[in-house]
Amino acid sequence: MGAYLLRRLSLTLVVLVGITLLTSVVMRLAPGGLTGGVTDLSARASAHEQRKKFIALYDLDKPWYVQYGRWLKRLSRLDFGRSFKDDRPVLEKIGERLPNTLLLNFLSLGLVFLVAIPVGVLAAVKQNTFWDRAVSVFVFVGFSVPTFWLALMLMILFGVNLGWLPLSGLHSLNADEMSFAAYGADMGKHLILPVLISTFTGLAGLSRFVRNGLLEVIRQDYIRTARAKGLPESRVIFHHALRNALLPVITILGLSLPDLIGGGFIFETIFAFPGMGRLGFDAIMARDFPVVMGVGTIAAFLTLAGNFLADLAYAAVDPRIRLSGKR
Amino acid sequence: MMWRYYGIRFLGNRLALAGAIALLFIGLAAWTAPLLTRHNPNEQRLTERLQSPSANHLLGTDDLGRDVFSRMLYGGRVSLRVGLLAVAISVTLGTLVGLVAGYWGGVTDAVLMRLVDIVLCFPTIFLILMVIAFLEPSLWNVMAVIGFTSWPGLARLVRGETLSLRERDFVLAARGLGLSAPRILFVHLLPHLVAPILVSATLGVGGAILTESALSFLGLGVQPPLASWGNILTSGKDYLHVAWWLSIFPGVAILVTVLALNLLGEGLRDVFDPRENQ
Repeated sequence: MGAYLLRRLSLTLVVLVGITLLTSVVMRLAPGGLTGGVTDLSARASAHEQRKKFIALYDLDKPWYVQYGRWLKRLSRLDFGRSFKDDRPVLEKIGERLPNTLLLNFLSLGLVFLVAIPVGVLAAVKQNTFWDRAVSVFVFVGFSVPTFWLALMLMILFGVNLGWLPLSGLHSLNADEMSFAAYGADMGKHLILPVLISTFTGLAGLSRFVRNGLLEVIRQDYIRTARAKGLPESRVIFHHALRNALLPVITILGLSLPDLIGGGFIFETIFAFPGMGRLGFDAIMARDFPVVMGVGTIAAFLTLAGNFLADLAYAAVDPRIRLSGKR
Repeated sequence: MMWRYYGIRFLGNRLALAGAIALLFIGLAAWTAPLLTRHNPNEQRLTERLQSPSANHLLGTDDLGRDVFSRMLYGGRVSLRVGLLAVAISVTLGTLVGLVAGYWGGVTDAVLMRLVDIVLCFPTIFLILMVIAFLEPSLWNVMAVIGFTSWPGLARLVRGETLSLRERDFVLAARGLGLSAPRILFVHLLPHLVAPILVSATLGVGGAILTESALSFLGLGVQPPLASWGNILTSGKDYLHVAWWLSIFPGVAILVTVLALNLLGEGLRDVFDPRENQ
């Protein structure tokens, strides 16, 4: 286990450095260079001064490796710089948004697990029947529908025509004056549509995975043994088969992290949801590079950390990996 | 013959068959667009703007008085082309990287796979948005950016398969005969990878069409007046309460096309799965 851990950790470090390199390279592609946004945005007399300040701050008059090195050094102190737009620290802006994105995504991830696992089991147990096909079509509709379109249609239906749910944002305008309970209820109402839509559109991956995994496990000898000793089918499926079929879900969870953290770019924009995705999108459109770099780097870091933890968890539960030491 | 066996299994997979038939219709409709409609998709008739569906305008007209039905047909050509070409790029790149990494192993493998790891750490749409926002959004840029950001998953898959094929006897024999590496890779290894690549490409086309529509929604996709399903939908969103047909039809077209591609892709995966022999 120790050797495995060390190996994984060193790979993670390499990727970490790569992430920072890629971020700074992509930034350099911007026409007009990094300071292009400063002059574009602020036509005021201070723009020129601001530009100079920025050049000094990011060492833009020095070669790229000096720039990169110094940026890395600031990064190691968790200093992501300040936004071009309002001069607030990038980390502070991200800190405001990240919890909202995580709240939305953990709620829908929880729902995805609650729905996708039983649905996947159903499809596997009733393989090649009406139920299997119905489940497949249902989850694939979610996977195939343009998210923004579905969101728009449901907003019209529930928000405008029926007037049941608020249209966008996370809080009502008068949320500050509400009691604690009313505040919570208000937030819950704002979350219903985004959570439901992101659950529906996210069902396919996990449910197909459970279905196909279970189908494979069911063919194994130990399942035949369990059946042969006369165990009821429900116990065979849920006790013997499902446990093994669910093991690789840990990895799936790790792989879906980047989209959990930053994947709400379009989604959050439609709902005017105050999350990381919308912060990143607005920053890209405004060429607010410190924020873009901050969002990109943090999203990638969190993903990397998540993948690393998923690998460790997998190794902990699956002796084959931890003993052979490779993957 | 293996392909005959696959064909029989494919015909038995109803969802995949339904997907294939739907795609055939959609592709045919886009291909024969000039035969199916009398209206020019870009002709503006401001006296006929925002008309609801009728015998003359089957799916109504948009805010500039253009015929939505012909825009849908011609837009379908664009959306399908974006999907196919983006996937052509990502499949080429992903297969090459995967083959090279898996076959040579060692340092080459380590470097390429770390590159894959790095790219996979970023949310794909974030990378696409960053690059697209800096370039001019155009048909070709959208295709290229989607293609160049979506290859790492396939590369990982192809590498894994190549790793296990590399040790098989036929490869050792080919090496023993002194065949060149490109010949071993493309003539001997590649045919064994057709199945997983085909599955991944089918699913990829659907993903690329969805991504294009999302980019169009943000104003960063295919640019008007050239129609794509995504930008018809986008122009419709401002007229939602007066002209529902502008938003419903392109949305349904995207949904049906992508659904058909996904069902076909999943069906192919089942068909090719050697373990599924029941």
